Amino acid sequence: MSLKVKFVLSVAGLFTFIVYIIGTCLLIIWYNLDSAEQALISRILIERIGIIAIFTFFLLVGIGSALERLFSIYVHATRLHEETRLILNANPDHRIIPAGPSETQQLAHIINAFADRHQDLKIDVETRIRSARADLEEEKDILAALMSELTQGVLVCNIEGQILLYNNRARQLFNYSTDKLTTSRGGGLVGLGRSIFALIERTIIVHALEHLHYTLRQGNGSAVSHFVTTAKGGQLIRVSMTPVHHKHKEITGFVLTIDDITHRYEVNNRKDILLQSIVEHTRSSLANIRAAIETILEYPDMGRDHLNLFTKIIREESIALSTQLDRTLRETGEYLESQWPLENMHGSDLISALQRQFTNKLNVQAHAEPVDTTLWIKIDSYSIVQAMTYIMRRLRDQYDVREVTFDLQRSGRFARLDMIWYGSPIKAEVLHAWETQALVTNGEGTPLTLKDVAERHKGEFWCHTDKQTNQAYFRLLLPIALPEPQLELTIMPQVTPESRPEYYDFDLFNQPGQKPELDQCLLTELTYTVFDTETTGLNPSEGDEIIAIGAIRLVNGRLLRHESMEQLIDPQRSISSQSVNIHGISPEMLQGQPTIEQVLPIFYQFAEDTVLVAHNAAFDMRFLQLKETQTGIKFIQPVLDTLLLSAVVHPSLADHSLETIAQRLGVNIIGRHTALGDAIVTGEVFLKLIPLLAEQGIFTLKDAREAAQQSYYAMLQY
Amino acid sequence: MAKRVLIVDDEPNIVTSLEFLMQRSGYEVRIARNGEEALEQVSAFQPDLILLDVMMPLLSGYEVCQKIRENSAWQDVQIVMLTAKGREIEATKGLALGANAYITKPFSTKELLAKVHELLGGTV
Repeated sequence: MSLKVKFVLSVAGLFTFIVYIIGTCLLIIWYNLDSAEQALISRILIERIGIIAIFTFFLLVGIGSALERLFSIYVHATRLHEETRLILNANPDHRIIPAGPSETQQLAHIINAFADRHQDLKIDVETRIRSARADLEEEKDILAALMSELTQGVLVCNIEGQILLYNNRARQLFNYSTDKLTTSRGGGLVGLGRSIFALIERTIIVHALEHLHYTLRQGNGSAVSHFVTTAKGGQLIRVSMTPVHHKHKEITGFVLTIDDITHRYEVNNRKDILLQSIVEHTRSSLANIRAAIETILEYPDMGRDHLNLFTKIIREESIALSTQLDRTLRETGEYLESQWPLENMHGSDLISALQRQFTNKLNVQAHAEPVDTTLWIKIDSYSIVQAMTYIMRRLRDQYDVREVTFDLQRSGRFARLDMIWYGSPIKAEVLHAWETQALVTNGEGTPLTLKDVAERHKGEFWCHTDKQTNQAYFRLLLPIALPEPQLELTIMPQVTPESRPEYYDFDLFNQPGQKPELDQCLLTELTYTVFDTETTGLNPSEGDEIIAIGAIRLVNGRLLRHESMEQLIDPQRSISSQSVNIHGISPEMLQGQPTIEQVLPIFYQFAEDTVLVAHNAAFDMRFLQLKETQTGIKFIQPVLDTLLLSAVVHPSLADHSLETIAQRLGVNIIGRHTALGDAIVTGEVFLKLIPLLAEQGIFTLKDAREAAQQSYYAMLQY
Repeated sequence: MAKRVLIVDDEPNIVTSLEFLMQRSGYEVRIARNGEEALEQVSAFQPDLILLDVMMPLLSGYEVCQKIRENSAWQDVQIVMLTAKGREIEATKGLALGANAYITKPFSTKELLAKVHELLGGTV
């Protein structure tokens, strides 16, 4: 019905109503009159019918036109409303044509003026954004060009160890030997959003970060930390770590510049050998000359034959000396100046690093005598640890040594690191054979030899027996560093607290893959896959999806860094900004990533025939379970939950979030909230829990499962 | 009876001087050209003192020294290490492995003789 018809009908209705009311009133009055009065009134009315009709007509016309005007305002207001909405939402170019009563016309003008101003502002802002973006693009291009030209690899990471930016050189360096897991989708190990810990040993990064924290706190703005390590391809790399930090000296990330020093190291090594040989040759030639000439002088009575012999020696040795010098001068020109970077390290830190390494990698118990707290040594801790581990491994395998004691003492200008055990010492010729072999075991370690490491440190080592205690020892003498102030315990910036609900709508305790053979295995002997997922949210049954899986293998009490996987997954849905705050994975990072259907089979293969370990495992398992029908993949193997196991070990403590138990057990929590980072922390936590469980008589998988189940019920009751 | 000195060095030019010096000082002298030979001579010749070069192919002076000290019968033999490796840390190692003195090349013949006399109790 058009507005006009509506108006006419309502006016007609109004008039009918008025006529009806007045008519009714008149009728009632009419019937209350007697016949004389009725006759009188009808006569009066009939005589004046013309006047009544004219006045009635004007009254109605007046009311009608007033109504018409009001209605017109209403009509135009409605139109203004619609058109303003059009400008606001759809077409900012639209303008209202003023029409109708003057009020609505004025309103239309004002609205048009607003629209003009709004449009100008919008155009202005857009122009500014465009130019700012162009500037930014240009800067980005310059940065990208600069980075791609660098012969050094550059990786920019946030504090959690996620890679935010990298150049080609870094990718080449680390993608030396990519495994089939990643190459199958054309991606390498270096990638946005991936974890740096897949590339560089986590403990080294943590160590370097702590050093940076310390230097920053001391007020030194230009803090850089250096370390040397081996890349996956076996190259020796030197890494400089520069912190990204705000005014408050809080580190929010770091930039790694990486040099492949394999070649330089070789050159340097040759140079060193050369220098060494010059010194030794010179000394011994000089010794020969000096001894000969002093003998001649001392015994002037010597016969002609002897005299001839000694002068001949002097001549020969002098010639040998100059020849040697000439050759050296020719050769040294080739070598560049380069330093093997040694860092000052606290003696007790070295000892605890060794103890950790021995327990984790060799299953050898290492005790330690108290260490002088003022003792600092100048070393490359990584290669020293590798060297000692190498010796220990050979000792364990060939001499059946299972328990050693470390004793680190000051000895003049040197630090004396003794590794002591009961039993026979390493025979000199055996040690001689060991010292020239590369320190690589199971693909881990450095291409250096024990001899190289000692030479690099200007140190010496030998093996002997202490006559008094009848114990054998391996002794390493190292130069002492100038004392440094005690390094304060560093507190890393807090990451978002654990936010997952601990809920158990997944039955962890009745996995179909639990077999009696497996159940009887010792926890220390099983092979595990420690994993973690990042998700879009907390409710898998309401459509939340997995966006990242990180996993690392744990074998014989060791986390195998080289056997890890990390994969981002396109959830094919939006991600809430809330969850982006937790895991730092933005929707752009997930574009072009494989879907869960592609990734789950790979993870399945990776985890096959191993026991799964996760923190709050039910949460992750629930996500995997909901994909069963879609992917046809079922994870049937037994599952251990570090949350429940922590509750077994510390039943009276209430908080078993990963963060808290990591801190409680002395596991450093840098690198949280990337899937692989969390998996590594979970793995380290699990390794710490195993001996604590053993103290409670929990040795086998079955023991652990049952204890976890009990503590689960205990938690429920509570 | 004259004291016995065993000279162990692979360089003939120093051996010539050392041999002459020791003989003129009245000691009975034998020569060994490498570590293996040295160990044979130790049991065959029963020296009172050994002038032991560290840098030798195959078996180094350190290893020879360690082997000699492992044998309880040879605890009394005096060992003087001669070496072109002149760093303190190497001297420490030599002494720890059982050497009685550590002399860095080049050395003064007078000082060497004085050391040898001292170790052999001053008598010739």
